[in-house]
Amino acid sequence: MKPFTYERAESPAAAAGAAMRHPGAKFVAGGTNLLDLMKLEIEEPMHLIDVNGLQLDKIEPTPEGGLRIGALVRNTDLAADERVRRDYGVLSRALVAGASGQLRNMATTAGNLLQRTRCPYFYDTNQPCNKRLPGSGCSAVDGASRQLAIIGVSEACIATHPSDMAVALRVLDASVETILPDGTTRTIPIADFHRLPGDTPHLETVLQPGELITAVTLPKPLGGTHIYHKVRDRASYAFALVSIAAVIQRDGSGRVAVGGVAHKPWRVEAAEAELPRGAKAVTERLLADAKPTKDNAFKVKLVERVLGAVLAEAKGA
Amino acid sequence: MAAAAMRSDVHAQTETAPAAVNPVTAPSLAKVSLKVNGKACDLELDTRTTLLDALREHLHLTGSKKGCDQGQCGACTVMVNGRRINSCLTLAVMQQGSEVTTIEGLGTPENMHPMQEAFVKCDGYQCGYCTSGQICSAVAVLGEIKEGIPSHVTEDLMKPPSWDSSEIRERMSGNLCRCGAYSNIMEAITQVAGGRA
Repeated sequence: MKPFTYERAESPAAAAGAAMRHPGAKFVAGGTNLLDLMKLEIEEPMHLIDVNGLQLDKIEPTPEGGLRIGALVRNTDLAADERVRRDYGVLSRALVAGASGQLRNMATTAGNLLQRTRCPYFYDTNQPCNKRLPGSGCSAVDGASRQLAIIGVSEACIATHPSDMAVALRVLDASVETILPDGTTRTIPIADFHRLPGDTPHLETVLQPGELITAVTLPKPLGGTHIYHKVRDRASYAFALVSIAAVIQRDGSGRVAVGGVAHKPWRVEAAEAELPRGAKAVTERLLADAKPTKDNAFKVKLVERVLGAVLAEAKGA
Repeated sequence: MAAAAMRSDVHAQTETAPAAVNPVTAPSLAKVSLKVNGKACDLELDTRTTLLDALREHLHLTGSKKGCDQGQCGACTVMVNGRRINSCLTLAVMQQGSEVTTIEGLGTPENMHPMQEAFVKCDGYQCGYCTSGQICSAVAVLGEIKEGIPSHVTEDLMKPPSWDSSEIRERMSGNLCRCGAYSNIMEAITQVAGGRA
């Protein structure tokens, strides 16, 4: 690990300001992904700004009837919150489908959104990777790509976003609240928060320099049946090959977002109009522009089958 | 010029970009105060020191083990403020004011914690390297079920999780045992969970 200086931030505004004053600074909250990458010298911050003391760890009702989740609420506490279990079951289910108990006790709401990809070539510093070293090339396109993206991909990158939580937030139409170094705040719809790789796969979100996430807000509850179905190579503690977050209403209408297939949670609102016609019709719209590799072409069929299982479960609920 | 352009591009993505080339060569020191197994500890450490390395190398509490050093194996599991975490994936300086419980704080050879006794009785190990992490994790798992924290296999999110073996297995998935002593580990945890499991 490269040496770095360290400070504990006193307020969100001070944290954002400190990030501007220190080139190469990074915020650290749970640290579960950042520390791992720092040990491998894939991340080499010169200065760490510890935001754990900022008291952004509460879950509060909003005037609109939703919930405001502090950036530092731990994944365990979010999954266990009674309001989340009751009104946003898809979010609880997605959270407990991810990582291990130990990691969920450390990982935060904001940090979960900012996880880096688990593409094996991003981690292998002996091989080219446009995300790790812009312009060096992509080893995955012609490499072992079974786990990797099938849609929204570019010549430069076929990495997936690893989060389960983000897929549920996408189906719930959550918003990300932030503070900028000049003290102003803004709200970013989750749909716009993560970028597709294009020719700049090292840019993963729309966050500006020094911009700090302070909260994630959920709109008022949708009702319906909440399902998170994750398919992976082990029964527990593995990243998704394909996952589906769904909220399905009694009349068969609903919302669907897919994880494990793209650089961001994948949702196509227009495809949801096909829900009454079944999984095949929805998947054809959802993945109309899919560009899988030979290794991961199975994911197209897998999405359809997992969605079929989700719709059958919703019908029986 | 190209390098300068890349640096500013990198800096424009404080949260998620590959870091700028780090020119810092000298270690940076920082102070941290912890309570470890009930005892106050004031340390001045290289900022890079993980909690695990602080426990093992500076406080000489070598029960917690370094297996993978990347959060995969669970051998480094300790409890911080009552919650189990991977001590290899947190910096010691991030734990200012925290209360840490390691395997040494759970029990002693003369006065074992019930979970330690159960592991001995059930032979819940072979080489023993993962055992401290398994035991710390298992103690916390029973606490998490008692607290009503749901897991991936919890059937009804609005009902308390059950004490059955599928709940315990799922919750222990962050602790690997390369000897494969899982069946005896499960037996030990089940015994401590009591008739409920």
